[in-house]
Amino acid sequence: MDNFIKQYPYWSLTIIVLVAAFLWLVLAPWPPELAASWGRKQIFLNALLGGITLGALYFLVAAGFTLIFGLMRIVNLAHGSLFLIGGYLGYEIATASGSWLLAFPVVFIVVGLIGLLMQRFIFSKMEGEELRQTLVSIGLSIVFADLMLWWWGGQSYSILAPQFLQGPMELPLVSNFNAATGAVTWLRYPSVRIWILIAAIVIGIAMWLVLNRTALGTLIRAGVDDREMLAASGVRIQLVFLTVFGFGAGLAGIAGIIGATFQSLSPGEDTRFLLASLVVVIVGGMGSIVGAALGALIIGVAEQMGFVYAPTYSVVFTFLIMAAVLAFRPQGLLGMRR
Amino acid sequence: MSVADHIPRLADRAEQRMWFERIPTRWWVVGLILLFLPVVANNFWLFQVMGWTFILGMIGLSLMFLAGYGGMVSLLQMSIAGMAGYMVAILGPSGVLNVSLGLSWWIVLPAAFLIAALFATIAGALAVRTEGIYTIMITLAIAAAFFYFTRQNYSVFNGYSGFNLVLPPQLFGVNWRDPVAFYYLTLASATLCYFAVVYIERSPFGLALQGVRDNPRRMAALGFHVTAHRVAAYALASIFASAGGILLVWQNAQIAPGTIGISSAIDILVVAVVGGMRRPLGPFIGAFIYVLLQVFSADILGFFGFSVDRFKLIIGIGFLAIVLFSPDGVLGLWDRWRAQLAARNAATTGDGA
Repeated sequence: MDNFIKQYPYWSLTIIVLVAAFLWLVLAPWPPELAASWGRKQIFLNALLGGITLGALYFLVAAGFTLIFGLMRIVNLAHGSLFLIGGYLGYEIATASGSWLLAFPVVFIVVGLIGLLMQRFIFSKMEGEELRQTLVSIGLSIVFADLMLWWWGGQSYSILAPQFLQGPMELPLVSNFNAATGAVTWLRYPSVRIWILIAAIVIGIAMWLVLNRTALGTLIRAGVDDREMLAASGVRIQLVFLTVFGFGAGLAGIAGIIGATFQSLSPGEDTRFLLASLVVVIVGGMGSIVGAALGALIIGVAEQMGFVYAPTYSVVFTFLIMAAVLAFRPQGLLGMRR
Repeated sequence: MSVADHIPRLADRAEQRMWFERIPTRWWVVGLILLFLPVVANNFWLFQVMGWTFILGMIGLSLMFLAGYGGMVSLLQMSIAGMAGYMVAILGPSGVLNVSLGLSWWIVLPAAFLIAALFATIAGALAVRTEGIYTIMITLAIAAAFFYFTRQNYSVFNGYSGFNLVLPPQLFGVNWRDPVAFYYLTLASATLCYFAVVYIERSPFGLALQGVRDNPRRMAALGFHVTAHRVAAYALASIFASAGGILLVWQNAQIAPGTIGISSAIDILVVAVVGGMRRPLGPFIGAFIYVLLQVFSADILGFFGFSVDRFKLIIGIGFLAIVLFSPDGVLGLWDRWRAQLAARNAATTGDGA
């Protein structure tokens, strides 16, 4: 930290000013002039929170994608299909059993199992042929997409959040301040989204802890750095691969339930979330969990902000961020050059 | 089979023969069939099946050029074709009068090729910042961004509905959308593109590009500008894609974001992979198979008692089978079959190959 400030004094100053301005925008009540040109503060806060919660969802999808990519060098373009399968299965389980929470472990296991089968019977047969693995995953995504269209049809599904998560909750953020009466209105926001954000943060921290503090995490990190050496030192690397693939797939499945809860599911959502995770890992850096979190946050917020303040060009924002990252830091913000 | 047997023995005499004598008989047969197809085939076959095959083949050819010679699997080619098609619709006459400029064809066509080439160069320059499988991810993301952009932008791309009534110019008094005329137009364009790729493959640039594919570091050490070669390959490939895109707009008489969607981009990859990405002939064979499946899927599926909507399932499973069992596509299967046959012949006649 000190080193950074000493090395780049002007950059540090800019960053500090920007962070301060951002905090002021979030925490302080807006003066009327600002509200006149930018719209009400509530809109800004809603867009920001919407972006952060969307980023949480993107993170859940992209974390598995980036982990699989980092360890096995497989660009699994069927990852979006796993998301959609998870969402549909979650819908079936939640409506059949009436329990939203039960859907999570079941979907994690079932979709994780699909991932295990894919890795065991298809991808492991063509190890090292990266292009072929990618093509196979494209073929799988076409087949999955059509099977799901066959079974669940073209209409959209959404899962109802359970009773204790419905309705709004009050956040300690000022949404409006009446100078005359001194009354403060706090921001109200759907509680299910806040809880999903918290869950994503918990999952993210747990993944980070597993990766950095356990024996399994050591194996995975060693595999990311040099899988030949890891295999040569006697580790049964296929088991590590299977674990990671199953876990990543299961995570995508869980993200499917969450996606179905706060948005909806329909054919085509698989491509949307595949693309989101592609952009997230390109921006954040491939193979890095922290990078995926950062990328998901940036892309989610940019998408929602663009959606609110410049609806026509919201896609272009996302794309421009990606292009800028590619142009100046092709390995991604937190990616490592190999 | 007899032709194949004689090729090695005739090889040393080949130099003394005229150039047209050196073309194998099979090529003559294919060429004659294609030239005289309008005599026997009906309009549906000429316009829908063959016209579409040549168009898809050309767009697939641009992917094959990048992937086969440059080692860059780009999912961008459909977007480039779409950009050229959109330019024809925007600059030339169309049914959307408040957007289309209605310029005449000799401005529109060069401008469409140029703008598409510019788009390809910029996107290619971004894509070549990374290597290998990353290229697929980045080009897919760019293609998706372009798709969503055309769908949301109304001032230039006319948003969701796109452009209709985009007709080819009445050049030389011929209605180029007439099935026979359109067939010959697509056939001529496809043939031109095919031979252009065959020529580039053997040109110094093509050889350097293949060198870059096989070993970029060595080529860089030899003094070749690796990035420039790759970006130039994107620009060159855009010509074939643009030709296909413009013909596609003329064939459908319309273009909309759906034409350049993500599934279309993946269809081009399917076409190129199924045909085989090693040789320029591959995409055309892949396109023919794809079009036949698409056009006759209703009959095939009905025969097996499935609903017509399962066309994508057939395509997906076929694609998976090809990738799993014959990574070189149908042409790879053909080569392997020929090699087996030759080996068996050599074994029975005792003729060392």
